[in-house]
Amino acid sequence: MPSDPTAQATLERPIGPPPLGVATTPAGPARLLLRFVALGYLAMLLVLPVGAVIWRALGHGIAPVWQAITAPDALHAFWLTVLIAGIAVPLNTLFGVACAVVLVRQRFWGRRLLDAVIDLPFAISPVVIGLALILVYGQAGWLGSWLADRGVQVIFSLPGMVLATVFVSLPYVVREVTPVLREVGIEQEEAAWTLGASPLRAFLQVTLPAIRWGVAYGIVLTTARALGEFGAVSIVSGRLAGQTETMTLYVENRFEGFDLVGAYAAALVLASLALLTLLVMTRLQRKDGS
Amino acid sequence: MSITIQGVSRQFGDFTALDEVSVEIPGGSLTALLGPSGSGKSTLLRVIAGLERLDAGTVEIDGRDATALPPQRRGVGFVFQHYAAFRHMTVRENVAFGLKVARRPKAEIRARVEELLELVQLPGLADRYPAQLSGGQRQRMALARALAVEPQVLLLDEPFGALDARVRQELRAWLRRLHDEVHVTTVFVTHDQEEAMEVADRIVVMNAGRIEQVGGPRDLYEHPANAFVMGFVGPVTRLGELFVRPHDLQVRRQPNGTTAEAMVERLVHLGFEVRADLVLGDGQRLQAQLSREDAEELELARGQIVFVRPSRTRQFADAAAGPPGV
Repeated sequence: MPSDPTAQATLERPIGPPPLGVATTPAGPARLLLRFVALGYLAMLLVLPVGAVIWRALGHGIAPVWQAITAPDALHAFWLTVLIAGIAVPLNTLFGVACAVVLVRQRFWGRRLLDAVIDLPFAISPVVIGLALILVYGQAGWLGSWLADRGVQVIFSLPGMVLATVFVSLPYVVREVTPVLREVGIEQEEAAWTLGASPLRAFLQVTLPAIRWGVAYGIVLTTARALGEFGAVSIVSGRLAGQTETMTLYVENRFEGFDLVGAYAAALVLASLALLTLLVMTRLQRKDGS
Repeated sequence: MSITIQGVSRQFGDFTALDEVSVEIPGGSLTALLGPSGSGKSTLLRVIAGLERLDAGTVEIDGRDATALPPQRRGVGFVFQHYAAFRHMTVRENVAFGLKVARRPKAEIRARVEELLELVQLPGLADRYPAQLSGGQRQRMALARALAVEPQVLLLDEPFGALDARVRQELRAWLRRLHDEVHVTTVFVTHDQEEAMEVADRIVVMNAGRIEQVGGPRDLYEHPANAFVMGFVGPVTRLGELFVRPHDLQVRRQPNGTTAEAMVERLVHLGFEVRADLVLGDGQRLQAQLSREDAEELELARGQIVFVRPSRTRQFADAAAGPPGV
């Protein structure tokens, strides 16, 4: 992090051999080449496309963009995305912290299995997740028919989209909190118990503040993932414009319909949200490092 | 506030941490649980605190059955080896934690915290965070935090184990004085026999999940119940079947009929004390401990032949279980 004096020193000395005792990458041309490749890779794959989106969106001035993103369908898509994230993120935060506590502090049969299953959403394509949800919660699905008899429609409506988003963004909080929780240990909590604090109070007042940056970082990652989810939501939503269309689906819909201004404007909103989360993330990392 | 432990057992998988342990800790005493690592001493301490589940047995605190009570309701203060300081709270907030949980009035909390910080010699550091304190200061803060709720019993798990030798020495003497002031029944865990001897008025020696002997420091040293205790509470050297304290081995320049011939293999000068490694004629090794004056009078030197005779020996039925000529 910025407090590391050696990192500062190398940043300020772009050319020439590093000072004695400072470990950096190999000296001379190899080092420059490495830097060129790393920056070039980032530029080609990240900066250029994102920059292009911004440039294309704003290419004809602010007015058409404003018009596009304030269209009723666009606004609905925007609020639906925020609503879904607003439900999925708190759910996964609660579940993630609880799950991390179980994984770190309990020893039981199947713990390793649970540990592996948590990562499933990382490994499986979101499209497959969407299809799996339809199998279970669809009209003909195992749970879906039971729920349908009770007037609850999951697939092609909000509950299904929330489920899909919860599923794909499930591992982030668990994975961010687990190592921090392991490092903090349980002794502080035990000390709080002997001082009379209930287990819940001990966790909330003693352990939670100690792991708060891990939790916050996990929340940011979950939020970014929830906002950007496309595949699974695309399958379970039915993609009804103005009803079950999220931001990402709206962008694709506009793009397919040759409404390029609409597509790029909406993409710009998504990209801005992503950049915002990135900003929050780096700020959190900095705090964590101090 | 006496503690009575009866038939307590605790198993961790295949490992028996406590094997039907029974012991009585008198109220107001300062007791050490002494033993090597893995002897079950920390587990026993955590059992008293209610931090460890029991497989069998009962724990009574002040005559009341506490076996089923959670740690919150046992009236114990617990001090951990690595302090368990609440890192995001100041020293003041750490010490006040238990009082806040007990919903004491603010003015009372403030006064009590000041008083406790005075007691543990940390006044003026109330607004620091634990990270800004030294190890010794952190441990004293942890002690103040534990004492704040006026526990019936104070439990310390290797409280000085993470500190350097000089600070450890200071805190030992300080804990002894503190106990004389506060009089709370105190139990502390240590693997250091010198620490146990110096601080405690009663020592419970543990080994492999069992209690080997309970007694005062002098009692254990002079009358160990078995070879393990003899070897653990002080230095010991073997002369055949006999166990001898190195300072009970008389070294002479002349034989007198009851002595055995030995050669000085190595001499270690430790200020007042001189240690001599000796080899008997049959190759058996033993150690003698002499005062500097005695060593000078004998003109001890490496390779010299001397004659030794133990002035005090002990023999144990479990000699095989004893330590090899430590």
